[in-house]
Amino acid sequence: MTELVAFAAARATVPDVVTFVISAALVLAGAAGVVLSRNPVHAALSLVMTLLGIAVLFVEEDANFIAAVQVIVYAGAIVVLFLFVIMFLGVDREESLRDPLPAQRPLALVLVVVAIGGVVALAATAHWTTGAHRVVGPISTPHRSEVAQLGVELFTKYLYAFEATAGLLVIAVVGAVVLARRPSGPLDDDGDQTADVELGGDPQLGADRRGVASGGEPGAVPDDGFGAAADGGPGGAPDDASGVTPGNVPEEVPT
Amino acid sequence: MSLGGGWYLALAAVLFAIGTLGVLVRRNVLVMFMCIELMLNAANLTLVTFSRMLGDIGGQVLVFFVLVVAAAEVVVGLGIVVAIFRRRASATADDLHSLKG
Repeated sequence: MTELVAFAAARATVPDVVTFVISAALVLAGAAGVVLSRNPVHAALSLVMTLLGIAVLFVEEDANFIAAVQVIVYAGAIVVLFLFVIMFLGVDREESLRDPLPAQRPLALVLVVVAIGGVVALAATAHWTTGAHRVVGPISTPHRSEVAQLGVELFTKYLYAFEATAGLLVIAVVGAVVLARRPSGPLDDDGDQTADVELGGDPQLGADRRGVASGGEPGAVPDDGFGAAADGGPGGAPDDASGVTPGNVPEEVPT
Repeated sequence: MSLGGGWYLALAAVLFAIGTLGVLVRRNVLVMFMCIELMLNAANLTLVTFSRMLGDIGGQVLVFFVLVVAAAEVVVGLGIVVAIFRRRASATADDLHSLKG
């Protein structure tokens, strides 16, 4: 590893170091924001900061096309999808810090520190025995930039994989539509009856959920129903429901 | 031209660790998803760094495919979150214990 690092470090200049330090700080600050912020909207905006910092690092590493795709797809599409779902579900409230497993957080911290220490120790002591250099193709040639080189490899050597991603995206779109579709028909009533029992038979909630399921206004009615269901805060109403569920089912099965 | 690859790899390792910590610690399903995105980005940064260190375009091609798979994963995952929320009116991972014995 050392000779590879030395090979790359020999060409570093002061602007490179400054760029790396600033964007690394952005990346780490954004990542810390994602983990630490209690509001999901703030977490999503911190995620944008991390993604843009990584895009800058990609440019710094001469991966210009990947950097552009990173900004367009990640910061543009994926984070907007996250924000859309956060707003759509109305979960942009503060998360309660009550932890049902008290030992989980320190244990997770210890586990992560051990894992990262192991990786760093391994990288520092291990010998770098990689296989042959350049198994796919050079990053750039004198008459071909790295963007063109990426396109050539993508459409020659990786053509079938590229076509398979088209199928993957179609499957993802169909899956998202099926999952997000509001159920209709006789199956809908059945599902909602079970949901009423699960939620402790709260008549107000049941009526709200039936109102949601029977269609109507796509924007207004779900807001009312889910707002009423979740007003007790995260963990309030669902905890009640889960507390009732094990009691309810055995009672009802004998009768 | 650019800083040594070791710095990028160390940054990616730290970023991956932060993402792992977030997945383990946070209870909101959406934030857990965001932490998974952090881990994916750390892996992407590693791939691009190795691509530069080895002078091989293959790493960047792989990053391209990772981006596509990540997009598909987020779409399906958020669809599942919406479907669960419709049932349980909750986006907290600890409330999803219907299968608990």
